[in-house]
Formats: sequence, structure tokens, C-alpha cells
Amino acid sequence: MNNWTEREDEPVKLKFFGLGKILPYLRPYRGVTVLICLLILVDGFCSLAVPLFQRYAIDVFIAEKTLDGFPAFVGGFLGVLLLQVAASVIWVKNAINVEMFVGRDLKRAGFNHLQTLSLTYFNQNAVGYILARVMNDTNQIARMLSWGVVDSLWALVSIMGSFAIMLGLNWRLALAVMAVMPIAVVVGGFFQGKLVVWNRRVRELNSRITGNFNEGITGAKTTKTLVVEEKIEREFRAATADMRKTAVRSARFGALFISITTFLVVLSIALVLYYGGQLTREGLMLIGTLSAFTNYALSLVNPIQNLAGFITELITTQVNIERFTGLLATKPGIADSPKVLQKYGDAFEPKRENWEPIKGDIEFQDVSFRYPDGDENVLEHFNLKVPAGACVAIVGETGAGKSTLVNLVCRFYEPSEGRILIDGRDYRERSQLWLHENIGYVLQSPHLFSGSVRENLLYGRPDATDGEIAAAVRAVGAEGIIERLERGYETDVGESGDLLSTGEKQLLSFARAILADPRIFVLDEATSSVDTLTERLIQQAIDRLLAGRSSFLIAHRLSTIRRADLILVVQAGKIVEQGSHEALLAKRGDYYTLYTQQYEEEATSELLEHQTE
Amino acid sequence: MSKKPSKLRLILRFMPGALPWFLVTIAFSALVMFCDMVMPQIVSVTVDSVLGGLPFALPASVLALLGGENALRGPQSGLLLMAAAVAATAIVAALARYVSRVAGTRGSERYVQSMRDALFSHIQKLPFAWHTKNRTGDIIQRCTSDVDQVRGFVTGQLVEMVRILFQVGFSMAAMFAMNAALTMVALGFVPVIFGYSCFFSWRIQKKFQAADEEEGTLSTIAQENLTGVRVVRAFGRERFERDKFERQNETYTMAWVNLGGTLSWFWTLSDFIPILLSMVLVALGSVSAVRGEISAGQFIAFLSYAAMMAWPLRQLGRMVSEMSKAGVSIDRLNHILSAPAEQDRPGAVAAPLKGGIAFEHIRFGYSPEKEILHDVSFTIPAGSTFAILGGTGSGKSTLMHLLNRLYELPEGGGRITIDGIDIAGMKAAALRDQIGMVLQEPFLFSRTIGENIALSLQQPDEKALRAAAADASLEETIAEFPLGFSTVVGERGVTLSGGQRQRAAIARALIKDCPVLVFDDSLSAVDTKTDARIRAALARHRGKATLILISHRVTTLMAADQILVLDGGRVAELGSHEELLARGGIYRSVWDLQMQGGEREHE
Repeated sequence: MNNWTEREDEPVKLKFFGLGKILPYLRPYRGVTVLICLLILVDGFCSLAVPLFQRYAIDVFIAEKTLDGFPAFVGGFLGVLLLQVAASVIWVKNAINVEMFVGRDLKRAGFNHLQTLSLTYFNQNAVGYILARVMNDTNQIARMLSWGVVDSLWALVSIMGSFAIMLGLNWRLALAVMAVMPIAVVVGGFFQGKLVVWNRRVRELNSRITGNFNEGITGAKTTKTLVVEEKIEREFRAATADMRKTAVRSARFGALFISITTFLVVLSIALVLYYGGQLTREGLMLIGTLSAFTNYALSLVNPIQNLAGFITELITTQVNIERFTGLLATKPGIADSPKVLQKYGDAFEPKRENWEPIKGDIEFQDVSFRYPDGDENVLEHFNLKVPAGACVAIVGETGAGKSTLVNLVCRFYEPSEGRILIDGRDYRERSQLWLHENIGYVLQSPHLFSGSVRENLLYGRPDATDGEIAAAVRAVGAEGIIERLERGYETDVGESGDLLSTGEKQLLSFARAILADPRIFVLDEATSSVDTLTERLIQQAIDRLLAGRSSFLIAHRLSTIRRADLILVVQAGKIVEQGSHEALLAKRGDYYTLYTQQYEEEATSELLEHQTE
Repeated sequence: MSKKPSKLRLILRFMPGALPWFLVTIAFSALVMFCDMVMPQIVSVTVDSVLGGLPFALPASVLALLGGENALRGPQSGLLLMAAAVAATAIVAALARYVSRVAGTRGSERYVQSMRDALFSHIQKLPFAWHTKNRTGDIIQRCTSDVDQVRGFVTGQLVEMVRILFQVGFSMAAMFAMNAALTMVALGFVPVIFGYSCFFSWRIQKKFQAADEEEGTLSTIAQENLTGVRVVRAFGRERFERDKFERQNETYTMAWVNLGGTLSWFWTLSDFIPILLSMVLVALGSVSAVRGEISAGQFIAFLSYAAMMAWPLRQLGRMVSEMSKAGVSIDRLNHILSAPAEQDRPGAVAAPLKGGIAFEHIRFGYSPEKEILHDVSFTIPAGSTFAILGGTGSGKSTLMHLLNRLYELPEGGGRITIDGIDIAGMKAAALRDQIGMVLQEPFLFSRTIGENIALSLQQPDEKALRAAAADASLEETIAEFPLGFSTVVGERGVTLSGGQRQRAAIARALIKDCPVLVFDDSLSAVDTKTDARIRAALARHRGKATLILISHRVTTLMAADQILVLDGGRVAELGSHEELLARGGIYRSVWDLQMQGGEREHE
């Protein structure tokens, strides 16, 4: 759960705030966008007209004490208001739509691109980080694109319209009010800039406090046994006190921003009153006009603050744009060649009609390999022939690098030198999907998806019949699990299968693999502690899985290891011994040590557990 | 409001430090409001009296302060004074606005700080059983989102509501003073504005919740795709995943589009109704003014007050509808804060221990239906070494949980004594402080390795730190770290291997010089050679501390003064290594098995 402590990225500066990179996403909606802009103009002009009606009332009805033309006045006023309502409802709705559609398109682009990236990317970036790119950055960008444009346009219309009208009413007075404007925007912008920096700090502290909570809860047992509650609590209090101080400092800038911009605008009213009053006294201006002026001047407060806010948003969103476009620009480390794509199709549009059936011969030919982020070869000129149906076990200590071969066979990585042949042909001559659909892969930590048991079992072969599902479940001895579940196959397994136990997930993932019926099988065996009965079930399931398939096993259990045709012993990333079980035992090398140790552990556990039964 | 007293009590509980600031906030926003109200009056006076020649509708004292009627009617001075009054009001308003906002944040931050501190502190004090029953993610959710929700309610709503009520009240009073009939018309709008905003807020909230859930589902799909990326690739299901995401992406987008329809009406009407009010007032006011019932200046001022009354009313509806959300959050926080904390018995003692331990007829299960320990009794003399061997679920760790009272023995479940004192009658902190326990899967805090090891020391002690690291065979590992003891480990630092973590935990326990040391299978991830070295280091503590070892390795256990074989929660065998070997039971079988391997190794 890294997302609780995700660190903030450094702020970035992009050309034109990075807008160039994301404007294409607005293109499909340019018609609607134009409509929104037009309606905002209508809406804005209606708003601007309201003080004019007041002015008319004062200067005509009240000053001349007559109600001539009163019905037309009311009618006109109401008409303008209704026009405004209509314009506003339509543009607001469409602005939300554009925001959501752009967000949807961005999400789709990000998600689909992720499906093509190689596993290196997923190993290097935490799930929480990638998820934030697809879910949060896209939201932020879409919001800025849609509402940023709308709000700033609205602000511009209001400000410019107000000035135009003020200029029309009395240009000298208008200029006096206008003089205040640039100061307000500059000062406002300055404090907004400060605010951005402080808000970052507040967010960082916030995630630190969340991290502290996490630690305080997951470390509860340790805290209690060491009796360090007070110390931990003291540190937590220091963090929250820090948070308070920073938040208050940040609030100062926010308060300064609001207070100063409002103050400056109100100050312009003093000007209006003074000069305008003189003009009125000299008979050059009517009282209603004076009132309209004050109204227009006051109506500048919000647009000015919005404009400053938009500029801030533009600055902060650059980070999101940078991160998101960075994701889209990431090239898949493993890609099919154009020729292969043409014949076999890609992951989304496979051309199955051109796919050759697979037998399952695998051959490593002079393969050397180093990880993209590594600095030395972990395989050098490695040769290995696995005839169809043979079983290769890979053993070694935790962290010795047992996954390397498996990653290569699955083409999650490709050899740096040499080739890997499947049925005598370099696997790069066929598409990744062709290989993957023919490989069954069961992970150390079984992964299920939200949804029903049935949906999960069908994951590898969506068109399997109920009979086939039941057969696969029986084959791995998981029928007991299905019976125990309240709604059988339709039972919801919860997020990532959390409603099931590890053993249950393991067995169901075996059934899922059997159902897919691949020719090549890869198993990363779990070492998780399950009860003896489940252990036995898993054991039997593995035997059924492997029957008649070429297989690569990262093995921990002796029974699994012993049944292999060939055993590879891995140490510090390299293959140090290889041969059959008997040959390796006779050699009395690393395998022998590993084997006896494992034997001792398993036998001891069995001995102790056996007593309990 | 139908808030239960407990909810109110929880809200008030964190008030003390914050309340003065909230009062300052309210006082100064009242001042801002006052300035905002004065402004229309200045304009009104300027229009009516300075320019219009009507008598000044000002109290005599204010009039005198401004230099008398004549000065105000002067060709220049009157307007200058009025402009100066506006400027002065603006300055006061700006200062007051600043103070009220900063004070508001101060109050709000104090409030949330005491809320967070109280939660954290209480969580630390809750019994371990509570921790195992509640999910970490859920508790964190409560401590973050729900805290924010309650803070939002208290500062954004309670304080804001007081402010709005003030503003609405003031505006109404000012309007009444000017023209009662027009005010009644304006008042007619109040229920309309309030009612429609309540209605919309309620609808929007429901739709918002729906959209939120769709977003959660979408996020889950993406997350599962990422965590299960190997499964997706291995089964070649990219297209299926793409379609699944696409469908939910569409559903989520449409939920928002639906919400957007409501929002667009809500926002538009929010703006429209107050403007409609001002239109009605313009029309009626014109009629009144023509009839001479109201002056031009008053007309202008009246319109300003009506706006001041109408705009904040819109927010009131939203606040009312959000109260229910806050109520839910308060309940969720109460779930944590009302859980009973660990408590020592009255008159609990805190005596220094020598370490003679006795388990007497222990019966215990984590749930009442499933007893794990069935009448277990044994004694460990002070200073001796005691070893426990047993399979998974045999109750080894449970015994240790009971020894340092992570779980309490129920009535009739037997008792555990140290130096003859029932541990139930001891202060928990004093008991645990004297039992150095190394857990099987130790937790390291996100700080330096040195700080982790010296966690239980009051003062940093370089010498003790190095000695403890040496005893735990951790020196070489630390020497390899770039920053040595100052290397940050844990979630935000270097990731340690299982064996390294176990050794760090051993050093952490050894640094304290406890009279009782417990190693709960805490050498399992350490290789045999290091295991032997650590045991040799431990041997130096022999006689000074009671040592309890839990392990599967007979080489670890064999040197103990007594060995207990636990089988299904019962004492199966108890005696010295030689005695148990001679007895030919479980211990003997394990010994034979492991020695046979060992001999083979040494052939």
C-alpha cells in the first residue's frame, strides 16, 4: 500500500504550460467547445446588462418620477434573465460533459498504452504510482482543460465587458477604475504563487501523517512489546504540530490574496465616488450611472480572483501533464516487429486464423541475458533443450534469481544475445499474444480479479462450457471450495480475491490454468504456509497440471523438485549446477545442501504436525 | 438536529484549543460584514445628501465626526470625505478579512490536530486484540477521510453557518429599517432559496455518491489490471481488459454526465434566483420611489442588502444536506475512540523482576469456541534457558502473547506468575518493559537502523547500540550500508531481507538488558552459521536473564536447561535434552531426523 506515502514530484516548467501536448484531446469536442464559448458570451453579456437595468430604473423612473414604459422595462429585464438561464444551463452541462469526455479519452489512452508496455515498466514503477497517472492526472488535466478555459473566458468576458460598458458610460471614470486592475492581478498572482508552494508542503506533511498512522497501526504489536508508545506518540504529535504551523502559514497567503484583491477593487469605488460624484454634481453624469459604476467595479472582484486562480492551475497542472504524457511516451521494451504484427495481429486485434498450433519444444540457443537495469550478464551463452512434455525445475535460495529463465520463456524479457526457439522457430517471429495464449502461468501469490468465481475461472478461456469448468475444478481438487461457497460458482471473490483464503486462491488459479489448457506451463511455486490438507491438495493439483505439458517450475517443495526431468540450481543470479535429481545428489554440491535442508524442514514440520492430527 | 449526545460530545471534545480562534473568526467576519454593510450606506448618503441635497440620515455623533453638515456639502470636501470613508472602510475590511481567515485556519488546524493526536494516542493504547480485529486500511481511512469530514463540518459548516446567519440577520435588519414592505417581499424569497438548495443538494449528493462509486470500480479495475499484469499477459487477455476498462470508463463518465445535468440547473438557478429577487426589488422599488416612499440612495442600498442576504442563503441548503455525511463520519471515529483502552488493574504493581516464570493451568483461545491451549503448566527458574518446540498452531506463540499480556487470560483460564506475582496484577508497561521479545515477523519503523535498534532507550547510547548490533551479528550488514547506522530502513528507505530484519529486531531487544528474553522463532530466516553466532552471544547473558527460545531447529534448542514439546495445545514432553532423547518421543524423532541430515552433510 504505497499510495499512502506517495511523494510529490518536483514542479516542472513546460513550453506553453504543456498545453500543446494535450490540446489534441480537446479536438473531437471542438464544436461543443465553440458552442460553450458562445453561450458564455451570451451569459456574460446578460450579467453585464443587469446593472444597466438598475441604472435605467434610477435615472428614468426614480429621478423623473414617472412609470412610463414600466411594463416593457420589466419584460425586458425578465427576458434577459431567462436568456441567461437558458445559456447558462446549456453551457454548464456541456462544460461538464467536455471535462468528462476528455478525461475518459485520456484514461482510455493511458490504460490501453499500459497494456502494451513490457513488465520492466511494472517492475520499476509501483502500482500506486501508475494508477495515479491513469486516474488522478487525467482528472486534473481534463478539469484544467475544460474548466480552466471556461472560467478564464468567463472572467475575461466579465472584466472586458465591464470595462467596455464603463468606458461607454464615462471613459475618464472607467480609466480610473482600470488603473487598479493590473496592480490587483500582479499582487494577486504573487500571493497565489506563494500559496502553490505552501500547499505542496501541506500535502507532503499530510501524507507523512498518513504514513505515521499506518506505522502506528501496523507496528502496534512491536510498539507494545517494546513499550515505546510514548516515544512514537511524541513523534506523531511533533508531526501534527508541524502540520498545523505549515497550514496556518499557507493560509496566510491565501488570506492575503483574497484580502488584497478585494481591497484594491473596493478602493476603486472610492475613486468612482469621488470623481463620479463631482461629475454628477456638475451635471455631467446621472446618479444611476454612478450606481452602475460602483456595481461594475464590485463585480470585478470574482473574475480577477478567478483569473489568478486559473494561472495557478495552469502552473500546477504542468506536473500532471508531464507525468501523463511521460507514460504515453514510454516505449514498450518488447514489441512485435511490423512483419509479425501484420501476420499475427496485435494484442487487441489478433489474427488467430494465421496462428500455428504449438507442440511445446523449447530451446535456448546460446542465450546471454542481462536485465535492462543490471550491469552484468546473468546468463552467458546458455544452451538448453526442453522437448515437448519435459519438466524443468529451478531451485535456489530466495533472491537468487530463479525468475530469470521463466521471464525469458514467457517473453516478459527477451535474450540480449542468442535466441529462444519454440517448436524450432525463434519466438520473436511470432506475436507475444500467440506465445502467451499457449503458456499457462501460475504465480507464487495467486492473483484473482473482482467478480465471481466463474468469471475468474473463465479468464484464460472465456468460451469454456460448464462441464469443462467443473472438470477443471475437479482436476485440481477444488470442488470442496465451490461447495463451501454460499453461491457456488457465482460467489463474488472480492477485490483481488480477498474474500478467499490464500490456499483457495491458489487452487482456483490452478483450475483457471488447467481450463486454458496451455502446451507450456510455468509455475512459480508458493511457499506460503497453508494447512496440511490444502498443502496436499495443491500437491496433487500440480501433478495434474504438469501431465503432458512442457513445464518450467520455480520449485520449493521436494515432491515438485523430484518429479522434474531436469533441475537447474541458481545462485547469485547464475546457474551453478544442472542435471537430474539423482545425478545432482550424487554430486554432493549446492543442490545436495539445498535438498537436505529442505528435506529437514519439511520432515520436521510434518513430524510435529502429524502429532496434532 | 437529532444528533445523539455522544456525537455532540465528540465534536465538543476537540473544541477547547480551537474555540477562541473560532470566536475570533466569527467576530472578525462580523466586522467584515459590518464594513460590507456600511459601504452601501456611504454610497446612499453620497447620492442622497452630498449630491442630492436631502438631509443627512446619520446619527449626530457620526455627522460631527465627519465635520458637520456644511463641510459635507462643500463642493470638494464632501466627496473627498466620502471617498476617504470608503477607503477607510476598505482598509478595515481587508484587515478584518485577513484576521478572520487566518484565525479560521488556526482554529481549524488546532481542531484537527487535537483530533488526530487523540486518535493516534488512543490507537496506541488499544489492546492488541482490537488491532487484530480491525483492518489497517479501514482504520487509516477513518483517521484521514473521516477526520477531514468532521473538520469540514465543524469549521466549514458550524462556523460558516454562524457567520451566514449573522449576515442574513444583519441584512434583514438593515432592510427593515429602510422599508418594511419591500423587506417582506425579499423575505418571501428566503424559503424559496433555502428550499430549492436543500432539494438540489440532496439530489446532487446522491448522484455524486453514485458517480463516486463508479469511479471506485473503475479504479479497482485499473488497479487489478496493474497488480495482475503478469496474469493478463500470460493469458493474453489485453483485449478483454481493454474492453472491461472501456465499459466502466463509459459508465463512470455517464454517471458524471447525469450528475452534470443536475449540477447545471443547480448552479444556474443558484445565480438566477438572487438576481430574480433583485429584479423584483428593482421593479417594486421603482414604484415605491416614484411614489416617494423611498429615496434613490436608499433604493441603491436596499438592493445591495438584498444581495447580501440572498447569496449566502444558497450555501445554507448545502450545509444542511451535508450534515448527514458528517454524522456518519463521527460514528466511524467513535468506533475507534470509544473502544476500551488497555487498563491496569487498580493497585497494579511495577516491581523489578528477576525472571522466575510459572504458567499455571493455562486454558486459552482467541475465540471462546476454539480453545488453543488446554491446561498448560510449566515453570521456568530465573536465569535459566527454556526452549519450546511445536508445530504450526500448537500454541507456542500464543503462550508468549499471554506472557507479555498482548492478550489477557480470561477468568478461570489459569494464571501466569513472574517471581510469584500474578502478571495480571502488574502494570502492563512495566511487565513488557522487562520482557525483551523478538517477534517472528518483526516490524521496523521508517527511520534509521540505529534509531530502530535504540528505540526503547530514553537517551541515545552509542556504546550500547554497537554492542547490541554485535551480539545480533548485524555489524557487518550495517557496515555495508552507505550511511551505516544512519541508513533509513523500512517503507521509505532500504528494504532489508527477512534475516536482516530478524537480526535488527534481536539487537533491538538485546539493547535493553531485560531480565526475560523471548525469541519467538526469530532466527528462522537467519542461516545456520549466523544462528550459531547469535546463540553464542546470547550464552553470555546466561544466568543474568531468563531466556525463552522457540524454534524448529534442534541445534538451537538442545543447549537449553529445559525443553518443552507442545502438541496441539498440550504439554507433550518436558525435560532436558538428554532426558527427552532418552524418552524417545517427538523430540527424539525430530532430533534423529535433523542429525541424520547433519551427519550426511559432514560425511
